[in-house]
Amino acid sequence: MLYREVGQYKTNYAADMAVFPILQDRIGIAVILLVAFVVLPLIGNDFLLNTVMIPFLIFSLAAIGLNLLTGYAGLLSLGTGAFMGVGAYACLKLTTFFPQVNIVIWIIASGLFSAAVGALFGLPSLRIKGFYLAVATLAAQFFLEWCFIRVPWLYNHSVSGAIEVPLRKLAGVPVTGPTATSLTRYLVVLSIVVVMTWVASNLVRGRIGRMWMSVRDMDLAAELVGIRLLRTKLLAFAVSSFYCGVAGAMMVFLWYGGAEADVFAIDQSFLVLFMVIIGGLGTLIGSFFGAALIYILPIALRMIPAAFGLPIRPAVAEQLTFVIVGVLIIVFLILEPNGLARLWQIGKQKLRVWPFPY
Amino acid sequence: MDLPYKIFVDPFVQMGTSPDLLVQTLWDGLVAGVLYSLIALGFVLIFKASGVFNFAQGIMVVFAALTLVGLHQHGVPAFLALGLTVVVMFVLAVGVERLMLRPLVNQSEIILFMATFGLTYLLIGLGQLVFGGDPKVMIAKELYLPHGAIEFKGLGGFVSLQKIDIAAAVIASIMVAVLAIFFQRTRIGRALRAVADSHQAALSVGISLEQIWVIVWFAAGVVALTTGIMWGARSEVSFSLQIIALKALPVLILGGFTSIPGAIVGGLIIGIGEKLGEFYWGPLLGGGIESWLAYVIALGFLIFRPQGLFGEKIIERI
Amino acid sequence: MRAPSSRDAALGEVLLAVEDVSLSFGGVRALTGVSFDIRKGEIRAIIGPNGAGKTSMLNVINGFYQPQAGRITFKGQVRTSMRPYAAAHGGIARTFQNLALFRGMTTLDNIMAGRTLKMHRGFFWQLLRYGPALKEEVEHRRRVEEIIDFLEIAAIRKIPVGRLPYGLQKRVELGRALAMEPDLLLLDEPMAGMNLEEKEDMSRFIIDVNQQYGTTIALIEHDIGVVMDLSDRVVVLDYGQKIADATPDEVRNDKNVIRAYLGEPHGTSV
Repeated sequence: MLYREVGQYKTNYAADMAVFPILQDRIGIAVILLVAFVVLPLIGNDFLLNTVMIPFLIFSLAAIGLNLLTGYAGLLSLGTGAFMGVGAYACLKLTTFFPQVNIVIWIIASGLFSAAVGALFGLPSLRIKGFYLAVATLAAQFFLEWCFIRVPWLYNHSVSGAIEVPLRKLAGVPVTGPTATSLTRYLVVLSIVVVMTWVASNLVRGRIGRMWMSVRDMDLAAELVGIRLLRTKLLAFAVSSFYCGVAGAMMVFLWYGGAEADVFAIDQSFLVLFMVIIGGLGTLIGSFFGAALIYILPIALRMIPAAFGLPIRPAVAEQLTFVIVGVLIIVFLILEPNGLARLWQIGKQKLRVWPFPY
Repeated sequence: MDLPYKIFVDPFVQMGTSPDLLVQTLWDGLVAGVLYSLIALGFVLIFKASGVFNFAQGIMVVFAALTLVGLHQHGVPAFLALGLTVVVMFVLAVGVERLMLRPLVNQSEIILFMATFGLTYLLIGLGQLVFGGDPKVMIAKELYLPHGAIEFKGLGGFVSLQKIDIAAAVIASIMVAVLAIFFQRTRIGRALRAVADSHQAALSVGISLEQIWVIVWFAAGVVALTTGIMWGARSEVSFSLQIIALKALPVLILGGFTSIPGAIVGGLIIGIGEKLGEFYWGPLLGGGIESWLAYVIALGFLIFRPQGLFGEKIIERI
Repeated sequence: MRAPSSRDAALGEVLLAVEDVSLSFGGVRALTGVSFDIRKGEIRAIIGPNGAGKTSMLNVINGFYQPQAGRITFKGQVRTSMRPYAAAHGGIARTFQNLALFRGMTTLDNIMAGRTLKMHRGFFWQLLRYGPALKEEVEHRRRVEEIIDFLEIAAIRKIPVGRLPYGLQKRVELGRALAMEPDLLLLDEPMAGMNLEEKEDMSRFIIDVNQQYGTTIALIEHDIGVVMDLSDRVVVLDYGQKIADATPDEVRNDKNVIRAYLGEPHGTSV
């Protein structure tokens, strides 16, 4: 009853093709943005911002990146962790060489390095498809992991082998480094993620998104319609890696505050892939759902039993997470291969006609 | 001028001047290759019969080994533990068929592939929960597996062959031979080949797909158990094995996804190639190139021969 | 039945000529020395028993298969082979026997995909969307909506094509081909699996496309009634070779054609 579109007529095509064609959706997104930008900073504590919201946003961005490549363009990639790493190390080197430049600019720019590396490792996609391409991305993953450890220049020759994040400021306020407050970091991450999500939604609704989906659905037919396969696939790798690179840079600079190479190991690739599968392949909102579920699940598993007086050891919580995530993936693939995003769509559909059944 | 020499001449000179090291490296490569082949064998079994690319094969190896060791740690005598583990693998096969394969029966390959990701994580979590995450020692002695090494003095130096590795190679060969005979000669083997060829045709002659799938996943489970025992006996039983098992993927690319001889040949090529590469060319790059060399070799193959060494050329019909 | 003489006057010069084309896959000879032409503005039917090589012929024309021998002349340019992208760029569009729709996308998006070649706003405008990219999108949407109206599929435009019934899917595929504004439209069994009503609709669309937009059409079809009614000239293939090339009436009475379809009567010697 609340969700009806009655009376909302589109009078031009632009309105029909808008991101949120329905008024209730527009109100909804405005509310969410209000909560995110205003309410949470006012009421949020360190834990909420640092341990929940910031990583959720960062993983959502990485999931969007992978979703563009695997969900929209149909190119399975197991190299997400490594591409995130390229962004992080690129950011470190950029800010080491040019410390006076605004760190946010470098975070975004580091995405370009990831994009280049991603496109390079995407070259085989012209000849190779499906599972085989996944193995090619594994080559990228393991090779880059090796680079992160064996090329000391990348981590500024630090003795520990880890990235040490220097202090950087934005308009006089510390943004990275130990003195940056979680609120500052949260607002920076939030802004970047909101803008990049908007850009991603522009891409997928337009010509490029259609080209990717055509290649995904039937690349032979895509060619016959005049789509150039190699360019389209390379663009998908480049854009996807850009997003993952920015996410990686934010992860190190705006969340962890430092990192060792194993942060970008293959486990990270799997984690993001699961977010995308459960959240919904080929949807942007699914990236958020998936990140929320997979990231928040272990936290919930640790906290909820503790709230009831039955504490679980962190190791056990982590193992339970593995089991639950594994089961969830299988269950989702059986019940709703299109993931949480589709469930959300079905839910909205039911809302449209509620309280009537159909 | 120095670099080309280092890449193209020096390694071969080294090979020539220290043949004992070369033989040692070749042997180490062979041993690793045998183990990769066994993992790839499990993949091939399942893929041939059900078209499912079982990403969980690696973790099945770990899980089987863990079960064996875990049972023994709780006081079960070695060979009884072995029997019980076989039963556990059977139960796993039945569970997978009923709860994962049957509900997903008409879905695309990618969906089934992703389901095996879920299975992987489930087994990782379950294994860690039940048996603990720390590395364990394989009960090699209790299973009467050989111990120690055979050492040769010769070829200008010294070559050491671990007896357990020789045993692994022998057992792997026996296993491949048994599987080959099984596929060619028995009724069930014939049914398996029929299912691998065409599910619908097999159904129409009365072959039960479900039974076949249970058998095939069980066979893969037994192969996984054998691999786990051998691998665990050489080093230890730990979850890092799961990542090493990913190396079976380059093996499959070389050998094709449906060829048993392909899995063997591919495994040997990757194993030997990797070890030679690491030993002779690795130092040029700072070492540790084993972690990615296999994948890059496979990538190279894919670019020139997308169907692998043994696979069939894919002709797309529209 | 149309009046042949006035149509003949309207038909233009040769748009596509196939000369001596041979194609084999491994040991199988799909086409042997096939030659024919297609004139601008005509509707050319390609018929023949199953396995005659008709689909292979279309695949050669639009660059999906490279023939081992022979040449193709399209719009005056001679080539021995063509890549699918070049064929699309040159103005050739086609539909497929087994449907080659983008199943994950809606009807609207599928047809919009057909406009890809005509959309030029670059990557950075796409990132921004508002401004030139959106204007271009709206302009092409307008054009696509014309095609949707023409094919009477407005009601299903937002439905993912995977969920549509077969007959409607075929119409969407035709829409996508039309969106490319092709000079030459290749239709591979557009009436397959349709009932009488759907066939009449599709025939009407084909004739309208030919007359309203002037699109040259080559079509493979099994329904002889449709072939007789729609086409200006017919090529008949059998076992990869051309056995007849004439107007529908002449082909209908051709001995070789009858033999190819019906075979030899028993007890009669050739």
